[in-house]
Amino acid sequence: MTRALAAVAAIPDDDMAAQKSGKSPRVSHARPFIAFEKVSVRFGKGDKQVQALAETSLAIHEGDFVALVGPSGCGKSTLLKLVGDLLKPSTGHVFVAGREIGATPIRIGMAYQNPTLLPWLTIRDNVMMPLKIVAPFRSQFRAKRRGEFRDRADALLAQVGLAGFGDKYPWQLSGGMMQRANLCRALVHEPDLLLLDEPFGALDQFTREELWQIMQELWMAKKTTVLLVTHDLREAAFLANRICVMSARPGRILDDSPVDFARPRSIDMTYEPDFVALNQQLRSLIVAARGGTGIVQAGGH
Amino acid sequence: MDGILDLVRRKSASIALIIGVFVVWELACLVGGISDIVLPRPSQIIASLIEYWPAIQPHAAQTLFTTLVGFAIGVVIGILFGVGIGSSRLAYDTAYPLLVGISSIPKVAVVPIFVLWFGAGTVPAILTAAIISIFPIVVNVATGIATVEPELEDVMKTLKASKWDILWNVSLPRSMPYFFASLKVAVTLAFVGSVVAETVASNRGIGNMMMVASSTFNVPLVFAGLFILAGLGVGLYALFSIAESRVTGWAHRKDLAVT
Repeated sequence: MTRALAAVAAIPDDDMAAQKSGKSPRVSHARPFIAFEKVSVRFGKGDKQVQALAETSLAIHEGDFVALVGPSGCGKSTLLKLVGDLLKPSTGHVFVAGREIGATPIRIGMAYQNPTLLPWLTIRDNVMMPLKIVAPFRSQFRAKRRGEFRDRADALLAQVGLAGFGDKYPWQLSGGMMQRANLCRALVHEPDLLLLDEPFGALDQFTREELWQIMQELWMAKKTTVLLVTHDLREAAFLANRICVMSARPGRILDDSPVDFARPRSIDMTYEPDFVALNQQLRSLIVAARGGTGIVQAGGH
Repeated sequence: MDGILDLVRRKSASIALIIGVFVVWELACLVGGISDIVLPRPSQIIASLIEYWPAIQPHAAQTLFTTLVGFAIGVVIGILFGVGIGSSRLAYDTAYPLLVGISSIPKVAVVPIFVLWFGAGTVPAILTAAIISIFPIVVNVATGIATVEPELEDVMKTLKASKWDILWNVSLPRSMPYFFASLKVAVTLAFVGSVVAETVASNRGIGNMMMVASSTFNVPLVFAGLFILAGLGVGLYALFSIAESRVTGWAHRKDLAVT
């Protein structure tokens, strides 16, 4: 193990800085977009209390694409929920744009493994739902729902390969298509932050790889800050700029390393030695974190 | 074409069954020599329906009126309670035992109380119809609202959706199939409520007409009253079925999936 097994507040490497240069950051590099400071989460009370997240500090900069990997039940989703302000930390603080979470209104997009499209709405209306809810689109929704917003939803749908499916209903689509529409719904209101909780987990491998590429294109176009929770190490290494490996419950960040393969990345690349080596290294970290029941190929490179 | 043929086949089977029941009933009475004071034949019942129609008609109108007004009150209260109970875990846990308790009381037992408060007549019939139809609506609406997927709620919350936003855009539309299923049950129950109240304490309505007819041993007329009730019940059930398939077609996608 050559890597320091420590929770690190990452310093953006050159590669990331270069990729961000296209978009002027609203927050300086000195101040991360999202910062966890000694955050921990406990569920329940008394004897039944479960520590879901051990004291964790983490900094995520604007435009980062961070993947969280780790054994199941390690608190990856807990971390995501903290950022989405769906959960309050038991101790510590979560800062967004330098202020306590909730104080700075940012737009968040979220997608789960379960597409949760509303069955009574067409795909287009499903995609437009955030525009109906989120300020400042909310007040314009009535006026623009048949014009600008509709075009925006259709453009996004076309981008993910669903052109012409706007008038269909969710049950008329396959799982992969529903997940594409789900991504559109998470992006339509141009979020500052995208939270993805195993969005491609339920798809077959080919559909999944197709969606990785779509996700990569979407990210490269907008450079939205993304936090991705996944079980799939290839997915993490393909999509992210930075991978955080978490330990088994109570979760903490064991390893935090940049991924600097050049973009756009191709599926073929995932079979090249460098990529495979990274995967093996991540895998051995997670196997060790699970308690090392698997066959550990120590020092994968 | 196959779909239409299939529909005809299904419908004709149920129509044949209904006619068959009446034929067997008619024949059994004839062969067994059953007196029409015990069990009149369907043909006698229909004859008395036609004979007494001018007298029956205002009673039928009265029963339909009390039932529908009571049902409407029940729907409004049912939705309000259902939304309230379904939206909050605390309200659900707190109010549910009370609701089950109230719903376990036989509704016949509350009619005398309504009569005591409001006097005999239309009001107790309306209130009984209302109270009997509330429960299924509350339970179904609350279930529909309480079972919104947590992931979907998270998505809405990260969009900073208010409770009202979530209710209006997600929970309420989602509970519509449950709501309409409960309407079909509730409207037939509302008939039970109004007729029971009319039987006990009213001088109008089908329930009262049947009481009077049985006291004069006009058994075919009693049965004619039952036929009227069955007809009204089926009619309203069908009405809400049509409304249901219009509003909540998305929940029955198997029927729609045929291109």
